[in-house]
Amino acid sequence: MNPSVILPELILLTVTFVVLMVSACTRDSGARISMWLSQLGLIAALLAVAAQIGAGGGVWFDGLFVNDPLSIVLKLTILLLSLMVLVYSRAYLSARGILRGEYLALLLFAVQGTMIMASAHHLLSIYLGLELLSLSLYAMVAMQRDSKAASEAAAKYFVLGAIASGMLLYGMSIIYGVTGTLAVDRIAGVLAGGEVPLVLSLFGTVFMVAGVAFKLGAAPFHMWLPDVYHGAPTAVTLFLGTVPKLAAYAMAVRILADALGGLAQDWNAVIVVLALLSVAVGNVIAIAQSNIKRMLAYSAISHIGYLLLGVAAGNSAGFAGALFYMIVYALMSAGAFGMVVLMGADGTERDALDDFRGLSARSPYYALLMLVLMFSMAGVPPFAGFWAKWFVLREVVGAGLPWVAVTAVVFSVIGAYYYLRVVRLMYFDEGEGEPVSPGAGEHWTLSLNTAAVLALGLVPGSLMLVCLAALGA
Amino acid sequence: MITLSHYLALGAVLFCLSVAGIFINRKNLLILLMCIELMLLAVNLNFVAFSHYLGDSAGQIFVFFNLTVAAAESAIGLAIIVVLFRNHRSINVEDIDSLKG
Repeated sequence: MNPSVILPELILLTVTFVVLMVSACTRDSGARISMWLSQLGLIAALLAVAAQIGAGGGVWFDGLFVNDPLSIVLKLTILLLSLMVLVYSRAYLSARGILRGEYLALLLFAVQGTMIMASAHHLLSIYLGLELLSLSLYAMVAMQRDSKAASEAAAKYFVLGAIASGMLLYGMSIIYGVTGTLAVDRIAGVLAGGEVPLVLSLFGTVFMVAGVAFKLGAAPFHMWLPDVYHGAPTAVTLFLGTVPKLAAYAMAVRILADALGGLAQDWNAVIVVLALLSVAVGNVIAIAQSNIKRMLAYSAISHIGYLLLGVAAGNSAGFAGALFYMIVYALMSAGAFGMVVLMGADGTERDALDDFRGLSARSPYYALLMLVLMFSMAGVPPFAGFWAKWFVLREVVGAGLPWVAVTAVVFSVIGAYYYLRVVRLMYFDEGEGEPVSPGAGEHWTLSLNTAAVLALGLVPGSLMLVCLAALGA
Repeated sequence: MITLSHYLALGAVLFCLSVAGIFINRKNLLILLMCIELMLLAVNLNFVAFSHYLGDSAGQIFVFFNLTVAAAESAIGLAIIVVLFRNHRSINVEDIDSLKG
C-alpha cells in the first residue's frame, strides 16, 4: 500500500495534533502560533493534493478510500476555502476571545472530515467523515460560550443534525441488508443485477435521500439552517456556509450517483420536488429578513435548490453542472459572509441589513466588492452566478423537464429583489457607522475572492471543463 | 422461530418511537438526547440482524464504529446542554425560542 494516497490527510492530521499540543503547552501567545501552523498545514495539504493531479487514481484501503478526479477537485476547493476562512476570521475571533487552539483544532478536524467525505467510497467512510465534520461543527457553533444565541443555535443544530445522521444511517442499514455490501461500487453492481426487493431498496433510498437533503439544507429539511446561521458567531457561519457544502455535494454524488445510480428514475422525482421547494421557500422567505446572516441562510437554501436541479437531471453532465454551481456558490458565499465578518472585526456585531446603509459613502471599495457578490448571487450576467444557473438549467431542460427550469427562473427573478435591496441600501441610502478597515491579508483575500467570481463569470469554460472531467462526462 | 423480519420490525418500531419522542417531546432536552440514542440503537439492531442473516461481518463492524460515534455524540450533546443551561437557566425545549424559526 502506498501511503502517498492519503498524504494530504496525514499532513492535516499531524498539524491538527501539533496545534492541540501547542495550545495545551502555551498561554495566550499560543493562538498566534497555532494560527500560523494551521495556515501552513492547509497550504502543505493543498500542495500535496496538487501533487496527486494526474498521478492516477484508484481505490485503496479495501475499498474505503478512493482517489479520483472528483475527490481531487473537491479537496483543492475545500482547502483553498478553509484557508480563506481562516484569513477572514482571524480578527473577528480574537476580538471575541475565541481565537484559541481548540477552535483551530476543531476547524482542522472538520476540514479533515470533509476531505474524507470527498474521498469516501464506502458507506462506513462516508458516515465517519460526516460525523467527524458534524461533531466538530456542533462544538464550533457553541464556541462563544457566553452568547445566548450561539448556544441555542448549537442545541438546534445538534438535535436536527443527529436526526439527519440517524435517518441516513437507517437508510444505510436497509441498503446494506438489501445488497449485502457496504462498498459503493458493489452496491451499484448488486442493484444493476436486478435481483433485489425493489420496495425495500426504495424504502432505504428514501431515508438516505432525506439524510442527504438534511445535510445539504434543502427544503423541507431546512429548519435548522436559518437559526444556526443566525445564532452562530459569524466566523463559524462563514465556515458552515462554504466548506461543509462541498462535502455534502460529495456525499450526494457518492450516494445518489455512484451507489444508487440504478434507482435514478425513482429518486429523480423526489429530488425535483426538493429542488423546487428549496428554490421557492428560500427565495420567498429571504425577502422578509432584516438580518443579513438570516437572509444569506435563506439564499443558501435557494442555491441548494438550483444545485439539486443539476442532480435531478440524473446524468454526469448534470452532476458536473451541480459541481460548478457548488464551487461558484461556495466562493460567493465565502465573499459575502467574509464581508459580514470583516464588518464585525472590531468586536461589535454588524449583521443587520441596516448596517449596510450608506456603505458606499464610508467604504466605497468594499461596497463595490459586495455589489459584485450580490449581483453574482442574483445570477446577473456577466458574473459567475449567472453561468452556474445557466449550466444547471440547461441540463434540466435537456433532461426533458422544461417546466421545472421555468419555475426555477421565475423564483430566481423574485430572489433578485433581496440581493438588489442590499445594493440599494449600500448605494442609495444614508447611514451612520464606521468604515470597514480590515488588515492587508483580509483586504487582498476578499479582493481576490471577488475577482475570482468576476473572472469565472467572464471565462466560465475552463472550470466547467474541469468539472466535466471530474465527473467523467 | 424468530426470523429476520421480526428483528427488522423491532428496529422499525424503535426508530419510530425515537422519532415520535423527538417531535412530541416539548419539555426536556435530555429526553431528546435519549431519543437520539434510541434512534442509533434501532439502526444498530438492523445492522446486526442483517449481518447475522447475510453471514457477513461488515455490518457488525459498522455497529462498533456506530457505538463509538454515538458516545462522542452524546458527550458533545451534553456539553452543549450545559452551555445552554448556563445561558438560559433552563433546558426546557419551549424556552429556547430567542431565534425565531
